[in-house]
Amino acid sequence: MPAKERESVVKRPAISVIGAGVAGLSCAVELSARGVAVEVVERAAALGEGACSWMAGGMLAPWCERATTDEAVARLGVPSIDWWRRHFPGTVCKGSLVVAPARDAADLTRFAQRTERFDWIDGDRLGDLEPDLAGRFRRSLFFPDEAHLDPRKALAGLAATLAARGVPIRFGTTDAGTASRAGTGVSMVVDCRGLAARDRLADLRGVRGEMMVVRTRELSLSRPVRLLHPRIPLYIVPRGEGLFMIGATMIESEERRGVSLRSAVDLMNAAYTLHPAFGEAEIVELGADLRPAFPDNLPQLRHVDGVLHANGLFRHGFLLAPWLAGEVAASLETKDEDLPERRRA
Amino acid sequence: MSFYGIDLKSRLLLGTARYPSPAVLERAIKASGAEVVTVSLRRESGTGRAGQSFWSFIQGLGVRVLPNTAGCHSVKEAVTTAHMARELFDTPWIKLEVIGEADTLQPDVFGLVEAARILAEDGFEVFPYTTEDLVVADRLVEAGCKVLMPWGAPIGSARGLNNVYGLRSLRAHFPDVPLVVDAGLGVPSHAAAAMELGYDAVLLNTAVAEAGDPVEMARAFALATEAGRAAYLARPMEPRDMAVPSTPVIGKAALGD
Repeated sequence: MPAKERESVVKRPAISVIGAGVAGLSCAVELSARGVAVEVVERAAALGEGACSWMAGGMLAPWCERATTDEAVARLGVPSIDWWRRHFPGTVCKGSLVVAPARDAADLTRFAQRTERFDWIDGDRLGDLEPDLAGRFRRSLFFPDEAHLDPRKALAGLAATLAARGVPIRFGTTDAGTASRAGTGVSMVVDCRGLAARDRLADLRGVRGEMMVVRTRELSLSRPVRLLHPRIPLYIVPRGEGLFMIGATMIESEERRGVSLRSAVDLMNAAYTLHPAFGEAEIVELGADLRPAFPDNLPQLRHVDGVLHANGLFRHGFLLAPWLAGEVAASLETKDEDLPERRRA
Repeated sequence: MSFYGIDLKSRLLLGTARYPSPAVLERAIKASGAEVVTVSLRRESGTGRAGQSFWSFIQGLGVRVLPNTAGCHSVKEAVTTAHMARELFDTPWIKLEVIGEADTLQPDVFGLVEAARILAEDGFEVFPYTTEDLVVADRLVEAGCKVLMPWGAPIGSARGLNNVYGLRSLRAHFPDVPLVVDAGLGVPSHAAAAMELGYDAVLLNTAVAEAGDPVEMARAFALATEAGRAAYLARPMEPRDMAVPSTPVIGKAALGD
């Protein structure tokens, strides 16, 4: 047998990761970094299709999230800024802004009370940071240590890293080798399917989110801006080349359909409130998907029937995937009998 | 206290929206001792059973569900949502909201009376979210409502009881209709104040859901609601202009000199 062929036989993956969303790709990156032979299996035909992380905002904003979510999100999310800088050069570290219309100033105060690592800035300083927002908000919050990225480019970046390491991503299949595990040499399956894994995880639910992408050359932003509103807090993330992502609704519903008119109006209003120039922007995309969430809205590692599930990233896919991936890698390094049945954030 | 023949011990009703997570919601409900929770069947939740995961979660908490028509701006929307709620939750109860103004979420009392009449005739047991307006309250009772839910202040505003006089006279005019202050409460003392007026119960959501510690705030509201009710039953003294010493002053022994 020629040497080349023999090698391809030997290098069979030891771990199969199901799902090429941000959870699956991050896990594969962490596992391959530890020298584990790994493959990724994705039911969709191409990267991003069917992955809810494709619709994500891509904000790495642990301190902003701290204002409205569990303290664990901030704690586990802070290290991910560095992780993304190391794994995706397109990570932008210019902080983020939180603004509110004058009549909702109380919400801004409240937001500030519930978090840390920000500066109160006046209209002039806002103008220094974002010239196009000069004079539009008298007071706002600046979180200098936060970052953001373009989720679609970041997923492609992880896929490229995996390709460079020789980790295959097999598209268009759900076969993780479980049926013929002995034959393929796969010793472990890591299930990162998101909501699709509810057939194994009964307490997983979908939380609907809707977003839109618009294009305008009439203004530019360097960093994400959150707009506080008593009922519809929304954010706008610059994606470069005149593109802006506006997100995202959060609805306790598992309906899979396009963006509703009501939500679209809310999203558009947010952009228009931030700057009237958005009124002339072109609508490039309207999208909706379901975020996978456990009852505490925190991610979890769980062993079910010999499969390791890494799921429940909710609205914190890019913020918490690095933590989740690290936990997956760490848990596979420990002996099986030492593993707790579940590992929570 | 009873609503439509259902006896309840807890006089605190909780909304289920805007909590950090369902798990926190569950702990807050336990801490509040609430026996009734409201659930929004917002139209945006979609048709059919798309919101089933969350709703099943609520139903699994062992409390009575009072579905609401939050987010409905017309009679037709509210009536449709009420029918959906009856089917999903298998209850004739409906907290009826018909919103008239998007910024203050102030009830459209004209639409409210109309929707209440339609639903009551259809066998629903209607809990109308209304203002403290006496005449509107009268029309709602006429339409078949056997519980009234006047606001303390606009939804989510945390302003407390904006019109104490109005709420007091409503209580006086409807001594036998269960009255629930719904919306606008921000801190437990607001709930206590409502209960001291003789209201039967209070309903709140945001004040607990968006507190830094929703579970502890739920407990605080439970204590305040109970305190206010006990104070009402204990018949508080009336305020007066002059001090009234609690010990006699006349004939007091003169000490020193």
